[in-house]
Amino acid sequence: MSNILLQANAVAKHFGGVKALRDVSLSIRRGEVYGLIGPNGAGKTTFFNCMTGLYIPDGGGFTFDGVTLQADAPHRAAELGIARTFQNIRLFGNMTALENVMVGRHVRTKAGVFGAMFLNRATRDEEAAIRQRAVELLHYVDIADRADDLAKNLSYGDQRRLEIARALATEPKLLCLDEPAAGMNATETEELRVLIEGIRKDGTTVLLIEHDVKLVMGLCDRVAVLDYGALVIEDVPAVVQKDQRVIEAYLGA
Amino acid sequence: MKNWLSPKSMTGIALIAIALIVLPHVVGMGGQAWVRILNFAILYVFLALGLNIVVGFAGLLDLGYIAFYAVGAYCWALLASPHFGLHFPVWAILPIGALMACVFGVLLGSPTLKLRGDYLAIVTLGFGEIIRIFLNNLNSPVNITNGPQGITLIDPVKIGDFSFAGTSQVFGMTMTGPEKYYYLLVALALLVIIINVRLQHSRIGRAWQAIREDEIAAKAVGINTRNIKLLAFAMGASFGGIAGGIFSAMQGFVSPESFSLIESIMVLAMVVLGGMGHIPGVILGAVLLTFLPEVLRYAVTPVQMALFGKILVDPESLRMLVFGLALVLVMRFKPAGLWPSPERSRELSEKPVEAVK
Repeated sequence: MSNILLQANAVAKHFGGVKALRDVSLSIRRGEVYGLIGPNGAGKTTFFNCMTGLYIPDGGGFTFDGVTLQADAPHRAAELGIARTFQNIRLFGNMTALENVMVGRHVRTKAGVFGAMFLNRATRDEEAAIRQRAVELLHYVDIADRADDLAKNLSYGDQRRLEIARALATEPKLLCLDEPAAGMNATETEELRVLIEGIRKDGTTVLLIEHDVKLVMGLCDRVAVLDYGALVIEDVPAVVQKDQRVIEAYLGA
Repeated sequence: MKNWLSPKSMTGIALIAIALIVLPHVVGMGGQAWVRILNFAILYVFLALGLNIVVGFAGLLDLGYIAFYAVGAYCWALLASPHFGLHFPVWAILPIGALMACVFGVLLGSPTLKLRGDYLAIVTLGFGEIIRIFLNNLNSPVNITNGPQGITLIDPVKIGDFSFAGTSQVFGMTMTGPEKYYYLLVALALLVIIINVRLQHSRIGRAWQAIREDEIAAKAVGINTRNIKLLAFAMGASFGGIAGGIFSAMQGFVSPESFSLIESIMVLAMVVLGGMGHIPGVILGAVLLTFLPEVLRYAVTPVQMALFGKILVDPESLRMLVFGLALVLVMRFKPAGLWPSPERSRELSEKPVEAVK
């Protein structure tokens, strides 16, 4: 088993004349929290979308856990073990928090139409297991008391947590969080940091896109910086923080 | 669901059962025509529940749903009538009809899956019309559907030697054809309802709802949206096919006229008016929308006579006018439907927490 979980090879993506990603290559190691930072419009979310199959890259590709990721097959990416959250929270608003997490179990379960119709033993057992796991995950992200509320009626912070719980329900090897701390106050950010630490401790690799530099530097084992779609540097936080190009990209020299 | 064996719900179930058994005899006092209308109400319950899978659960707007009803109806008509000289038994035709409708569901679904909302509605609308026009014109060069004349002398539902058409003795009771069909339909309806409830609360049902709520998020959690949507089309179509088969057998006659666009719209209206995605609501919608026009048909003339002493407005047009007005009023004052799911009514009464952009 290779130490590298995800390898991006010269990934390129352009929208018309805008080069959103210019041959970005980076590698994420098993068990680490990997930060991806960069100014607005640097291509972070585009990178995410290419990786999870929502966009088809114009060049390059990804190898995940020894398998080449197929472009334009988001459900395949989830099957292989990549789960993600969205920058602008995408929950199933009119379903309860519990149901949202239960949907997350879809990819790891298999009851079909006939199972549902005849409700045989296997289907009932599976359904019970789905529910139990979903409840556990709601406890894990600490929103179990909101289980029966509609997702859209949860507070902003709880919605973020619910999205993470739903992503974890797919049993990911790599959990990708797209700006999870956006719009959070200091306390909520700190709680989030603890949560992500916990997820790493439980053996899931985390890819974190974030604006909050303090959070990233405190949490990540390694950090990559994107600017204008190109990779500036990929290294441990201590080195990245001191890098002249990073300071320029962020502060505009 | 958990405590449905409690004494209270047992009493409820018993009362409903008695009501369902007695109903055709009560309604029949007004003439057998009313029992037939009752049977149609149940057929529409099938159709509405089938469409509810597509529209209510999966959120795919389908304006050509009646095409699957037509496929089922013609399947029965062709396999059990003198037209081809074929007389298949029920247990063979109903599954064939369901399967054929299912195949057509997939046929419609596969090229249209990338479409959403209005665009999907237009394509499905076209599909419904195509099927009707095909049925209308497939009488030459090879006569398959007998064109606009339709197919006559279709076999009734028969189980062994027992025919559901015509009056006969059942357990020492004299029962008319419509009454016998009623009991058959109620039995089937219960089955269909159970299947629908189970589907809704299954892994597949949740996947449908997830797609309705947010397709991209559904993909991201690993739902193969293409297959799951196709499944919704196929399941909805199968129910339509079964309803069509029984329609064919009950009427003894089918023609393309029965499958016009307005029928698709009526079934959709039943789903929306009853409460999209909520099974009891959809059933209520189907029953109400079947009975309301019929009740109006009988009521419009006497009411005018009593009020004005003469008939001012043609009963037929007034009937549809009142019917249309009723639909508008329901949508104005109960936008989520007459009997929406608890979640949906909550959704319309509570303000959602604004997400920070």
